[in-house]
Amino acid sequence: MKRMLLIALALAGAALLAGCPKKHNVNDAPVAGTQVPDSSGNAEGASTSTNALGGDANSASRGYAGEGTGPLARKVIYFDFDKSEIKPEYAEIVTFTAHALTANSRLKLKLEGNTDNRGTREYNIGLGERRAQAVRRALMLQGVAESQVSTVSFGAERPAVEGEDEAAWAKNRRVEVVFLP
Amino acid sequence: MYKQLPRLALIALTLACPWAHAEFVVEVTKGQTEAIPLAVVPFASAELTAASFDVAQLVSDDLARSGRFKTMDRKDMIEQPHAGANISFDDWRRLNNDYIVVGSMQALGTDRYSITYELYNVLTKQRLLGFQISANRPGLRSAGHQIADAVFEKILGIRGAFSTRIAYVSVLGHLPDKTYQLIVADADGENPRVVMQSREPLMSPSWSPDGSSLAYVSFEQRLPSVYVQTLKSGDRRIVSAHAGVNQAPAWSPDGQKLALVLSTRDGNLDIYTMDLTTQQLTRITDDPGIDTEPQWSKDGQSIYFTSDRAGGPQIYKVGIRPGDKPRRLTFQGSYNARARISPDETQLAFVTQEDGGYRIATLDLRGRGDVQVLTKGHFDVSPSYAPNGAVLIYATRDKGRGVLALVSADGRVQQRLVSSEGELQEPAWAPF
Repeated sequence: MKRMLLIALALAGAALLAGCPKKHNVNDAPVAGTQVPDSSGNAEGASTSTNALGGDANSASRGYAGEGTGPLARKVIYFDFDKSEIKPEYAEIVTFTAHALTANSRLKLKLEGNTDNRGTREYNIGLGERRAQAVRRALMLQGVAESQVSTVSFGAERPAVEGEDEAAWAKNRRVEVVFLP
Repeated sequence: MYKQLPRLALIALTLACPWAHAEFVVEVTKGQTEAIPLAVVPFASAELTAASFDVAQLVSDDLARSGRFKTMDRKDMIEQPHAGANISFDDWRRLNNDYIVVGSMQALGTDRYSITYELYNVLTKQRLLGFQISANRPGLRSAGHQIADAVFEKILGIRGAFSTRIAYVSVLGHLPDKTYQLIVADADGENPRVVMQSREPLMSPSWSPDGSSLAYVSFEQRLPSVYVQTLKSGDRRIVSAHAGVNQAPAWSPDGQKLALVLSTRDGNLDIYTMDLTTQQLTRITDDPGIDTEPQWSKDGQSIYFTSDRAGGPQIYKVGIRPGDKPRRLTFQGSYNARARISPDETQLAFVTQEDGGYRIATLDLRGRGDVQVLTKGHFDVSPSYAPNGAVLIYATRDKGRGVLALVSADGRVQQRLVSSEGELQEPAWAPF
């Protein structure tokens, strides 16, 4: 459990407090334009295969391989409330993704775990990670190498859709399968 | 008479910022019948107030917002005395005031003001406070908070927290174009300053015990990292960027360590402590469930945390010594998470699920461990105690928007702070 600690000084552009900063002086993270595209166009639960999101010409999802509808398109697996089991209707996405990874060992992907906005924020980070890990385990069971898959949990911090009803929550309880460039 | 008074020179720590604006509108959602009636008489002529700042109104607003006082409306005042010698105590008693604050304000040159104020007990005609404060124009707001602090403490015997600050996260814009801001503001929401801004999520601000720095989680690398930022200089550094999660920083009471949450390769979240000087990590919990949301005990020897090791999330406490076994503290209900201790550690505030909603509750750490649910919302999360323990600030939702709210530690007084913009999240009250 010993891991190297990464310490970096991020001085450039760090936010200023002393005196009277202008709004544009505030630190802007060096990752503009990498937001998750809106998935509201997708019918929730509309079974399997190409649940591809994106395609929005203006979507801020540049920087990833496989946007659009090709074999490496971003796919989304949805979960029930407070659950991290992969439902049968998403088995095909898992199988399809596993095939792509085993066929090309240089391919890498990131699993982004998300929750709806109910409950506490940090505990939701844990739930999002648990969902991402459920997909990771399913891929490894189908022969995917551990090194090809990474996970990240955004908890409730990056909803796919805004709203406070079951329809919105259902679209936010998800793992996004993102192929890396 | 005033020769005896201590003279307090106020240094304006906060410079006026052109873009700072009144962020909050306070709405009292639930009152308190035992609120103490008190009048704060305007300190100065209308001309001087217009030219500078209405200090008496700020004092009145602070005291009213505490929920402990019922302040008299100015239009109901039949006279406006500026010094004790001019108070007709019998008249003020007939108007049902227990206390009266009077004062005067003089301009001393171009940007210097002198405020003299007194607090009287209307029934005994006894003078309880008498002070003089000088301040420049931007310092008048701080001067008002100091007066409110002094009045609050004199009458209630509890240190006032009106001069303190809060940090919170504000999310601006809509999908897919969101901006996340970490903001530090005065406790009344005024003087908001953006200390960090990102296109990716920011979360879990935690104050250093000396109030000089914030630790928080930033996803600016599209992965979570824990940062520590010094507010005065703006310098910030990454203190944790391991593979997997880096979450929920919490400062130890001596300021030397952070408790935080890291994960193993297979995604198991556990609590660790990190020495901020040596970066040495110590694992505190080791359980396959989600262990998160650490918070130190006052003596720095134990950590309160959330764990779902027994099914749903519950609150536990564990000593930081190796081998110490966690002890479960919450047993009512299936969801109890994110504990914060009151400043005297007699109470835990946390989020509980009740009737399908998430609400703020407290657990009495003395005696039988009584639980009291303080709020009635559906999305009440992220409670944080004021440093005097009298009030909690928390995040809730109102008409589809994230707002902040206050509730007294006994649940009797509730207020909503309505902001002009943004989704407000995760308020964290700074120490004194």
